[in-house]
Amino acid sequence: MMQTIVKSIVFAATLAIAAPATAQKAGGTLIWGTTQVARHFNPAVQSGYATAMVGAQVFASPLRFDDKWNPQPYLAESWSFQDDGKSLLLKLVPNATFHDGKPVTSEDVAFSIMAIKANHPFSSMLAAVERVDTPSPTVAIIRMSQPHPAIFLALSPALCPIMPKHIFGDGADLKTHARNTTPIGSGPYKLAEFKPGEHIILEKNPAFFIKDRPKFDRIIVRIFRDSNALAVAIERKEIQFTPFWADLALLDRLSKTPGIATTDKGGDAIGPLNWLAFNTKKKPLDDARVRQAISFAIDREFITKKLHNGRSRIATGPIAPGAPFYSGAVEHYKVDLEKANRLLDQAGLKKGAGGVRASLSVDYLPGSNEQQKNVAEYLKPQLKKIGIEVTVRNAPDFPTWAKRVGAHDFDMTMDAVFNWGDPVIGVHRTYLSSNIRPGIIWSNTQSYSNPKVDDLLAKAAVERDPAKRKAEYQEFQKIVVGDAPIAYINVLPYFTIYEKNLRSLPTTIWGAMAPIDEMYRE
Amino acid sequence: MRIALFIARRIAYAIGLLLAVAILNFTLIHLAPGDVVETIVGEMGGASAETIASLRKTYGLDKGFLEQLFIYVSRVATGDLGVSTYFNRPVLGLVADRMFATVLLVFSALASAVVLGTFLGVTAARRPSSWLGAFVTIVALFGFSAPVFWSGLLLLLLFASVWPILPASGMYDIASGATGFAYVLDVAHHLVLPAGTLAIIYLALYSRLARASMIEVLGSDYVRTARAKGLSENKVVFKHALRNAILPVVTIAGLQFSGMLAGAVLVETVFTWPGMGLLAFEAILRRDTQLILGILLLSALLVIVGNLLTDLAYRLIDPRIRTDG
Repeated sequence: MMQTIVKSIVFAATLAIAAPATAQKAGGTLIWGTTQVARHFNPAVQSGYATAMVGAQVFASPLRFDDKWNPQPYLAESWSFQDDGKSLLLKLVPNATFHDGKPVTSEDVAFSIMAIKANHPFSSMLAAVERVDTPSPTVAIIRMSQPHPAIFLALSPALCPIMPKHIFGDGADLKTHARNTTPIGSGPYKLAEFKPGEHIILEKNPAFFIKDRPKFDRIIVRIFRDSNALAVAIERKEIQFTPFWADLALLDRLSKTPGIATTDKGGDAIGPLNWLAFNTKKKPLDDARVRQAISFAIDREFITKKLHNGRSRIATGPIAPGAPFYSGAVEHYKVDLEKANRLLDQAGLKKGAGGVRASLSVDYLPGSNEQQKNVAEYLKPQLKKIGIEVTVRNAPDFPTWAKRVGAHDFDMTMDAVFNWGDPVIGVHRTYLSSNIRPGIIWSNTQSYSNPKVDDLLAKAAVERDPAKRKAEYQEFQKIVVGDAPIAYINVLPYFTIYEKNLRSLPTTIWGAMAPIDEMYRE
Repeated sequence: MRIALFIARRIAYAIGLLLAVAILNFTLIHLAPGDVVETIVGEMGGASAETIASLRKTYGLDKGFLEQLFIYVSRVATGDLGVSTYFNRPVLGLVADRMFATVLLVFSALASAVVLGTFLGVTAARRPSSWLGAFVTIVALFGFSAPVFWSGLLLLLLFASVWPILPASGMYDIASGATGFAYVLDVAHHLVLPAGTLAIIYLALYSRLARASMIEVLGSDYVRTARAKGLSENKVVFKHALRNAILPVVTIAGLQFSGMLAGAVLVETVFTWPGMGLLAFEAILRRDTQLILGILLLSALLVIVGNLLTDLAYRLIDPRIRTDG
């Protein structure tokens, strides 16, 4: 029995909005450049922007978001909560079809949501979902065991592709499904060709359910393995659009190229944080004062201004600035070597021969020198100033690093971890004591445990009042930053490089991990 | 008949060699820490213990080393190189797609280096103390000393950015959709920079080798006789002396084939040339064991074929070897 509809938003009119002026600007090919090599294009079983960038063009999702974190209609033209927030009713658009011409129905929505719950690495994302009812082909009701405010962001294109049940529901393991590399969805573009490690060709979906979209006839994604080669291709105008550019040394050169523009707008929901994590079970890092001392010794201004050419922002806590639940009311750990030395003295770490108090190793995530290796190397002379001798441990590749950190075989490690929209999806995993799981990377590998934090996160996960939820996350941030299982360094800088005549760039909270059906060339 | 026997014997050796290479490669890769599941889990954004165990089972990584080795060798013996754990596609198909690009790159570079290097070497040998001789020596020194990725980046900046006359990357312009002769021209245009980069190292080697060999041959009795007969200098050099002087160049070219394949990994990465080298780079980065093993095995096969062709070329050029059998 349906209960009172708490919230009902109908934006169907917006779907029909299609100014004739913009329709005239449609057509042409967009050449997109990336250094990311996608394994496949199904965001149902994998996070990460290499998969989501293309996945969000091929698959449509129930909701999409604007640049102010507001949900917008997509496959769901309206939605409403029922049962005190324990059910979410999605009313689907009637005209959506998959690329093979079959209609998108509530059965496909139910199949996709339950398949994502079973296969996606973010287990907390849909943990509260018990089942999805399908009273009619255009109505899907998500039934949850408890209120789950994260459900909205969990229905985003990057996290919730609606897959055709008649293709992906064949009983094969979804994680290794053959159609993950040749997917069929109902998104604005159809996958026409995929040459692994070379290029991806997307063709316009002429039956896309939003009128007059997408604008481009074709998108060619060219994959480069070397950012220098990609930079030259951008300068030569061989590439017109490059999202998630992270090479800051080349960015300055590119931003001076005539006809090329750069922006860091969009993608706030990703919340990519660069940090130094401590193994809180190892001595002397089991003492919060030692971790705080190290945090006080790190000069984040130097890192962001000098090592990152002033292109990155300081991170102050577990939630990235720009997110609705971000709080700056935490200890900022402005560099203070005197205080750091005092804390180490209080912790009983006295200076020994050569002024050394302790010797620690630091690992780093291989692949990004600017964000990871250089910061790890910087720690060596910097922490020596407070008597901590640092050895930088290299890992030749990701598996080696992941094995060490997953097995908790580290003292300190640089890491890059994403918020993924709602804190329930990407933040809780790092701090919940129930998520200390040896062997699992990006779980609580710090072995951090604080019952008060566990309690706050449990409450915030089900709190439907945004103000109360914000207050709970504020307190959580204050406690965690104070306990310092992690020294937060900076927000990873991601830039979009584009030709100046491109319009309606993807500047929503998911950036290019959302459909770019509105972008056109003037 | 004799040549058929020679080839048959070499093929028999090659099969044994490939088996040894397969076992050695498998063992070495198995010794490295971590596996492809950790890469997949990393890119997935983490995973539960159950997911990790299920992936390991799917890829047969839950079995013991010897069992895995036995399965691998048995499969390879039937021509099945397995499925790329990262790209979820058959290894043979992935490598076959890329082999043409690598063979084109390596042979273009090798041919350019041999022909141009020999020409420069011979020219320098004819006037050993001239400015040309000194120039060839300097170019040789530079080409041989510069790391291939560095010279590649330098050429990329010079000819694709500062003086943009050549494409920066790729094998063809996907957007143009060229076919037929236009496609061939497009590929040739894209080939210039990567093949030039790869050739530059070996150009140095062959020019030095040809120069030294030519100086020696030009001082021999039969060349003096040829000159005494009144033959033109060009005829003496290119018809009589070169045939002997080129033998060391051909030998080294065959030996360098494997080196060029290794160099192709870096060149293909810099220029995004879609060959086996770039695929190898992806595979190594992602610990895609089946793909790495497939590439290594097929590279070994290419080297064996390259060496066989060198031996055959040697027999054609040098009648003494032909007679010896």
